[in-house]
Amino acid sequence: MTAVAMLMWVVAALLATAVLSVAFSRTAAVSHWVYSTCAVLCASALGLLLVHLLGSGASTSGLTLPLGLPWLGAHFRLDALATFFLIVVNLGGAASSVYALGYGRHETAPHRVLPFYAAFLAGMNLVVLADDAFAFLLCWEFMSLTSWALVMTQHREHENTRAAYIYLVMASFGTLTLLLAFGLLAGPDGHYGFAAMRSAVHTPAVSALVLVLVLLGAGSKAGLVPLHVWLPLAHPAAPSHVSALMSGVMTKVAVYGSVRIIFDLLGEPAWWWGMLVLFLGGISTVLGVIYALMQHDLKRLLAYHTVENIGIIYIGLGLALAFQTNAMSGAATLALTAALFHVFNHSLFKSLLFFGAGAVLNATGQRDMEQLGGLIHRMPYTSFAFLVGCVAISALPPLNGFVSEWLTFQAILQSTDLPQWGLKIMVPAVGGLLALSAALAAACFVKAFGVTFLGRPRSAAAMQAHEVDRYSLATMLGFSLLCLLAGILPGLVIDALAPVTMSLIGARMPVQSSIPWLSIIPITAGRSSYNGLLVFAFIAMSGALAAYVIHRFASRALRRAPAWDCGFPDADPATQYTAGSFAQPIRRVFGELAFRLREQLDLPAPGDIRPARFVATLGDRIWELMYLPVVGAVQFGAEQLNRVQFLTIRRYLNLVFLTLITLLLVLAIWP
Amino acid sequence: MALIYALMVQAMQMVLVLALAPLLTGLVRKTKSRLLRRQGPPLLQPYRDLLRLSRKEVVLADNASWLFRVAPYLIFAATWVAASLVPTFAAGLMFNWAADLIAIIALLGSARFFLALSGMDIGTSFGGIGSSREVMIASLAEPAMLMIVFTVALIAGSTQLSTVSAFLAGADVGMRISLALALVALIMVALAENARIPVDNPTSHLELTMVHEAMVLEYSGRHLAMIEFGGSLKLLLYVSLIASVFVPWGIAGGVATPIEYAFGILTYLLKLTLFGLLLALFETVIAKMRVFRVSQFLGAALMLGLLGTLLLFVSRSL
Amino acid sequence: MERLVFDIAHSLAGGLVLVSFMMLYQDRLSALINIFAVQAVLLALSVAWQAYMQQAPHLYITAAIALVFKAIVIPVALHRIIKQLGIHREIEPVVGIGSTMFIGIGLVALSMVVMMRVTGQAAPVAREDLAFALSVILLGMLMMVTRRNAVGQVIGFMSLENGLVLAATGAKGMPLVVEISVAFSVLIAFIVIGIFLFRIRERFDTVDLSALDRHRGGQ
Repeated sequence: MTAVAMLMWVVAALLATAVLSVAFSRTAAVSHWVYSTCAVLCASALGLLLVHLLGSGASTSGLTLPLGLPWLGAHFRLDALATFFLIVVNLGGAASSVYALGYGRHETAPHRVLPFYAAFLAGMNLVVLADDAFAFLLCWEFMSLTSWALVMTQHREHENTRAAYIYLVMASFGTLTLLLAFGLLAGPDGHYGFAAMRSAVHTPAVSALVLVLVLLGAGSKAGLVPLHVWLPLAHPAAPSHVSALMSGVMTKVAVYGSVRIIFDLLGEPAWWWGMLVLFLGGISTVLGVIYALMQHDLKRLLAYHTVENIGIIYIGLGLALAFQTNAMSGAATLALTAALFHVFNHSLFKSLLFFGAGAVLNATGQRDMEQLGGLIHRMPYTSFAFLVGCVAISALPPLNGFVSEWLTFQAILQSTDLPQWGLKIMVPAVGGLLALSAALAAACFVKAFGVTFLGRPRSAAAMQAHEVDRYSLATMLGFSLLCLLAGILPGLVIDALAPVTMSLIGARMPVQSSIPWLSIIPITAGRSSYNGLLVFAFIAMSGALAAYVIHRFASRALRRAPAWDCGFPDADPATQYTAGSFAQPIRRVFGELAFRLREQLDLPAPGDIRPARFVATLGDRIWELMYLPVVGAVQFGAEQLNRVQFLTIRRYLNLVFLTLITLLLVLAIWP
Repeated sequence: MALIYALMVQAMQMVLVLALAPLLTGLVRKTKSRLLRRQGPPLLQPYRDLLRLSRKEVVLADNASWLFRVAPYLIFAATWVAASLVPTFAAGLMFNWAADLIAIIALLGSARFFLALSGMDIGTSFGGIGSSREVMIASLAEPAMLMIVFTVALIAGSTQLSTVSAFLAGADVGMRISLALALVALIMVALAENARIPVDNPTSHLELTMVHEAMVLEYSGRHLAMIEFGGSLKLLLYVSLIASVFVPWGIAGGVATPIEYAFGILTYLLKLTLFGLLLALFETVIAKMRVFRVSQFLGAALMLGLLGTLLLFVSRSL
Repeated sequence: MERLVFDIAHSLAGGLVLVSFMMLYQDRLSALINIFAVQAVLLALSVAWQAYMQQAPHLYITAAIALVFKAIVIPVALHRIIKQLGIHREIEPVVGIGSTMFIGIGLVALSMVVMMRVTGQAAPVAREDLAFALSVILLGMLMMVTRRNAVGQVIGFMSLENGLVLAATGAKGMPLVVEISVAFSVLIAFIVIGIFLFRIRERFDTVDLSALDRHRGGQ
C-alpha cells in the first residue's frame, strides 16, 4: 500500500471516530476514549511520515477516490511539501490529543467538542493531501466549519459568539477568494487538477491576480495583517487544546496553501511579488507583537503573537520569491528553508505556550494576567515548560526560535545583489522591522511570564492554584525537549527540509550532516556558521564551573528574610507591577503610531481620599479604517435592497420582464 | 599538538576576558573620580568587591523562586561565553565559528531576558520599574545593534567576527560613510546596553533614575557578585567589539607564534586603556537623559544603523 | 590614493547628512544653532576639499564665505536674537522626534533612489555626492515643515541652502557669481525674517507660528 493510501486510512479512521463519538456521546469515558484514539492515529501517521521523509524523501504517491464530481473524482497526493506539513499537523494533533486526555476532564459539554475535534484533525490532514481544486476547497471549508463549531463550544458567553461570527465571515471570505483563485488557475477549459495547473502557462495579469487572491484567502486564515482581526478573537475562545491546534497547526495549513499555490502552481514569479509578500509579512510582524504587548489576557496575547510569527514566515517566503525572480537559487533555498524551519518551530513553541495557558486556566480558572502571579511556586513543572516556550519564542540561543531567525537574517544579508530598486529599499527596511519585532517579542514574554508566574499572587485563585495532571505535563515537557533538540541539532531539520526545497525551487542547501561538530553552515564556511550544541554546552559548562568555584571556595551560606524593597516593603500584592504597567514604557513609545493611544490620569487633590484613576484608550486603526467602513457599506446596501422585499405584485412582474428584456438586448448586441 | 596549542590559546582568551573585566571597570571609576577632583577607589577595588561579595551570606527574600537563584549563574555564563567569542588579542580561535555576531548579540539578549525576569520575581515595584524600562531600552537597542551588524557584515561579506576583523584590518576598505554611521550608532548602543550615562546611571540609587540597579535590588552575596561580574564582562565585550571592528590592527590572525600573541595582548591592553579613558571622560562631560528621551536616543541609533545598511544596499562603494 | 581622495569627499558629504539628522534630533534651540554651525563648518571643509580635488581655486572663496558667514556670523546673531526674545527653551516638532527621524530616513532613501536612477551615465562618485546633497536639501525642507518655532524654520531654510551649495560645488564648475548672489539673497532673507520675528514677538508675545493662525481673518 502506498504512503498516501495509508494516510487516507488514518483520515478515515479519524472521521469514523468523530461519527462514533456522536453515537456514544452520553457514555462516561467517551472523551478519554476519543482523545486516546486520536492520539494513537496521529502518532501512527507521524511515524509513517517520518519514515517516508527520512527514507525516500522525494518520492510522491497519488490516489484518486471516486467521490465528488463524476468526471473529476477527488485526487490526493503525498509529495515532499505535503510530507513536511503533515508532520507538523500530526505532531501537533498527537500532542494536543494527549494533552486533552488530562485537560478534557474538565470539559462541561464534551459532546460539543469531541466529534468536531476528530473531524478537525481529519480536515487538516485532508487539506494538505488534496491534489485538485475541488478536494482542496471542500476540505478547507470542512476544516473551517469544524473549527468554527469548536470556537462555539461555550456559546453562552456573548464574546464567544461574536468571535465565532467574525470567524465565520472571514473564513467564508477566504474561501471565496480561494475559489476565484482556483477558477483563474483552472483557465477557461476547467482543468481543476493540480497537475494540469502546474503545467499551464498563465499571463502575467492572471498570475498577479491569483497571487493577490491567494494572499487574501490563505493569508486571512494564516493571520496576515490586515485580515488578522478574527484570530485574536477566535483562538482564545476555543478550549485550550483546540487553541493550540488552531494557532500552532491550522495557521500552518494556511501557509501550506500559500506555498502550494504560489511556489508550486503559479510558475515564474514577477519581481514585485516578493515585495508585496515582504511588505505584508513586515507589517504583520511588527503590528502583531505591538498588539500582543498591550494585552493582559494570556490567550489573546499568544494569539496576537501568532500574527507576528506568521509575519516572519511570510518574510522568508517573500525573500524566496524575490531571489527566485532573479535566479539566485542558493539564496532562495536559504530563505525558503528559513521560512519552513520557522513553520516547524512555531508549531512547537506556540502549542507549548497554549498548553501552558490551558494549564493555568485549569488550575486557577483565570485567563487574565492581572489576577495571577506567583504561580512558579504552586505549579513548578508547568512554569518550567512555559519558561522554555518563552525563551524559544523570543529567539534566544540555544533554543530553536533563534535558529530560524538566524537563517532569515542570513537570507536578508544575501540580498544586496538584487537589482530591482523596490527590493533594494524594501529588504533592509523589512530587516529592521524583523529585528524590532524580535526585541519586542522578548519584552512581551518577559511580561507574560513575569506577571503570570513570578511575583506575588494577586488573587485568591492564584493563591490556591495546583499543579495539573500528568498528561498535560508530559506533553508540555515533551515539547520543551523538542524545542531544545531542534535548537541544538538544527542540521537535522535543515537536511530533512532539503527534499521540499528541491521540489519547489530545484536546489537545496549544502548537506549539514557532514559538517564537523554538528554546526550549520548555510552558504559557505567563510561567511557564517552557527553551532547550537557547542553554545549550549559552553553555557552549561561555564555556569556549572562558576557555581562550583563559588560554592567550593567562597560561600554557600543562605538565609531567608523578608524582601528588601529599599526598606519600604508593602505586603499588599497590588503594589507590584501589573501587565499594563509593565508595558507602559513601550506603550508610550510605540502607542501613538500604532493605535491612537490616549492616556488620561485623574489625580485627586491632596486631602481627597478617593483613588487616582489611570485610563489608557487604544483605538484599533485597522478595525476603524478597514472593517467599519465595509460593515457600514454592507449595511447601507442591505437597507437599500430591503425595499425589494416590499414591492407590489405588478412591480415584481415588471422587474422580471425588464430583466428578461435586458438580457435579450445584451445577447443581441454582443459582438 | 597543534590541537593542544589552539585549545590553550582559546582557554587563554576565556581567562583573559575574565581577568581584565573588573580592571576595566576599575579604570573607568578611577578616571571619573580623578576628573571630578576626587581620589577615587584604587584600580583593583572591583576585584576586592567581587571577592568580598562572594564570601558573604546570601539574604534571600521569602518568596524568591528557583529562577531567582539560578539566573545570576545563567547571566554570568551567557555573558562570559559571548565575551570569549569576541576577538581580543587574536582572531580565528578554535571555536570562533560556533557563534557569529548575530549569535553573540542574541546571547546578550538571553542574559538580559533572565535579568529582567529575576527583577519581576520578588514582586516589588522596584523590580518592575527596572524590568519594564530595561525591556523598553532593549526593544530599541537590539534592532539598532542588528542594523549595525548588517552594515558591517555587508561590507566585510561575513558575519563571523574573525573574518570581519581581518577584512577591516586589510588595506582596501578606505573611509566609508556607512562605517562611520555604524561606529556612531554602535557607541550609542554600547552606552545604552551597559547602563552608562547618558542612558542610565550606574551609581544611582534613586528610583527615578534607576534601570539596571532596580532590577538587581534584591540580590546579595555571591549572586550579586555574579551579576556585577557579568556587567563588567558586558562592558569589556562592547569595548572589545568596537576595538576589533573599528580599530582592528594588532590582532593576531589564525595560528600565530607566541610573539604575535604577546603583541596582540599588548595592543589590546592599549586599546582597553584608551577606550576606558574616553568613556570616563564622556560620562563626566555629559548629563543623564530623562527616560523617554532614551527612546529617541536609541531611535536615532536605529535610524543611523538603518541608514548605513540602506546606503550599502543602494551602492556597494558607500 | 585616488580612492582615498574620493572617500574623503564622500565622508564629508555623508557627514553633512549625519549632521542634518542631528539637527532633526535636537529639541533645544541653542543646541540646534550650534549644530547648524557645525554643519556650516563641515560644508566649508567639503567645499575646500572639492576645490583641492577639482583644482578650482575660486571654490576656496566659497568655502571661506561659508565658514565666516554661516559658521560664525549667523549663529552668533541667532544666539543673540533668541536671548533677546527670551525663547531659548524647547522646540516641539509637530510630529514627534521619532517619527520625524523615520520620515527623514524615508527621504534619504528616496533621494538616493531618484539620483541613482536619473543620473545613470555620470561618474559614480558624482552621483553619490549629488544624492547626499539632495538628501540634505530634503532634510532641510523636512525641518522647515515640522518645526513650530520660527527660528527652527529659519535654520531649516539655511540648511537647505547648504545642501544647494554642496550640490553646486559637487557638480564641477559653480561660478563665483552664483555663489555670491545666493549668499546675498540668503542674507537679505535672513535680515527680513529677523525683523519680522521681532515684530511678531512684540505683537503676539510669542513666535509660535500656530498662534498666528488664531488671528487670521475670515474664519
